[in-house]
Amino acid sequence: MNLESRLARVLAAGHFAVTAECGPPQGADSQPIQEKGKLIKDVVDAVNVTDNQTAVVRLSSLASAVLLKEMGIEPVLQIVTRDRNRIALQSDLLGASALGVRNVLCLTGDHQSFGNQKAAQGVYDLDSIQLVYAARIMRDEGRLLDGTRLKSSPKLFIGAAANPFADPLGLRVTRLAKKIYAGANFIQTQCIYDTARFEVWLNGARQEGLTEKVYILGGVTPLKSVRMAEYMKANVAGIEVPDEAIKRIKGVPNKDQGAEGIKMAVETIEWLKGLDGVAGVHVMAIGWEEKVPEILEAAGLSPRAKLEKASQ
Amino acid sequence: MIVAEKKPLAEIKASLGSARRILLIGCNTCVAECAAGGPKETALMASALRIAYDKAGEKIEVREASLDRQCVHEFLAEVGEEVNWTEAVLSLACGAGVQALARFYPQSVIIPALNTQFIGTTVEAGVWAEDCSGCGNCKLAYFAAVCPLTRCAKKLLNGPCGGSNNGKCEVSPDLDCAWQMIYDRLTALNQLDRLKEFVPPNDWSTSHSGRPRVIIREDRRV
Repeated sequence: MNLESRLARVLAAGHFAVTAECGPPQGADSQPIQEKGKLIKDVVDAVNVTDNQTAVVRLSSLASAVLLKEMGIEPVLQIVTRDRNRIALQSDLLGASALGVRNVLCLTGDHQSFGNQKAAQGVYDLDSIQLVYAARIMRDEGRLLDGTRLKSSPKLFIGAAANPFADPLGLRVTRLAKKIYAGANFIQTQCIYDTARFEVWLNGARQEGLTEKVYILGGVTPLKSVRMAEYMKANVAGIEVPDEAIKRIKGVPNKDQGAEGIKMAVETIEWLKGLDGVAGVHVMAIGWEEKVPEILEAAGLSPRAKLEKASQ
Repeated sequence: MIVAEKKPLAEIKASLGSARRILLIGCNTCVAECAAGGPKETALMASALRIAYDKAGEKIEVREASLDRQCVHEFLAEVGEEVNWTEAVLSLACGAGVQALARFYPQSVIIPALNTQFIGTTVEAGVWAEDCSGCGNCKLAYFAAVCPLTRCAKKLLNGPCGGSNNGKCEVSPDLDCAWQMIYDRLTALNQLDRLKEFVPPNDWSTSHSGRPRVIIREDRRV
């Protein structure tokens, strides 16, 4: 599969892939996303651009992805099904490909009640797995969900998310299998603090042979402070921060908590590198992008692999 | 049943405007069951209106009626005389009942007294919950009789999302996760394998999304 995706080639070559994340600004300026991009440009294989994360209106993810691409950064376009029906979603997949975006991450999205437009209609015409399916048949079969033939197919490396920490645990591997069946090529997981639970999930995936069929990138978010850790544990849907992690960061003085959080993130990455079935790491340093190079360097992941140019 | 809730009195008063002869019409079916618009609630609202206008120093005349079903044509003629007398009809029916009255009495001002909420059930005394969206293509046989289109906040057909936590929905700790319920019921029924199947995108053309729906049955027409 020649998709002109650097991420796809890095993974196919067996390198431990590194992705990071940039949240678009709540404004019309291109500068903030470009500045975030600059901070991580040379230390990652690709950068996710979030799509109105936590249901807060921001500069569009497709526009942001193109802004990054213009700087020589490979974007991973996140698309949520919360805000668009299948007409708009399929149209955006075509548009993304036409603009040279080669990676998409298909998500359902945080519920609109979390955001700043609480009166909004939640669309949810498709769910994330159905969006993966749509992207796959558009790319591989050259047709839309209704069967309509496309004049040309989008070139997309298709991703989906997985949350090993959500309930019921018994369905988490099933969900992963469904995403792969629907067409996911790579998976980026929710941020990992509970390593034991992650391993239970990964073992389940391995037993089903799923790690052979998809590239799994483990999610890592450095904790800035004990306040952030406690906030995430209490308020962020789908994130599990074990008491031991909170205890550890609480155990150092306030001014050193950030450094401790980074140390913990580095340890998590080192641990991920040793796991059979994990193909890379996805660093979500929310509002802390400037620390990403330091974290990756400490984790022995700099510089990034040089790859031959894709044959056209 | 159709579950509804009473509108605030101030909003009702504002909608009534300058009308001084007001007819309240309750409905004895769904909205009586959910204690929003039955004969009892109609009497209570009539009293509340009399008091509110009295306090404001305004004179009004209020009459009350209650129909077995405001959504069924045959019952609507019963109140013809009162409707002719009134300047505004305040309907304590669901949105269908309000519109049925308006169809039947094209010359009359018809005002809703309730906010129609959903198709639901009485879970326990004083608690009603939404169970059905009237999608026009029932999938309950597939999902162990728990509707994900209605009871999952994201209408997920291949759920659950990453926000399911200890059986609760990420949207509110008061809300049960529909997918946890589906999982539990399928586990009990020994049909968990069903959740391995990919469920394709839903066909919304049978739902209201397609257009306002009309059913015509020739065998029932006269």
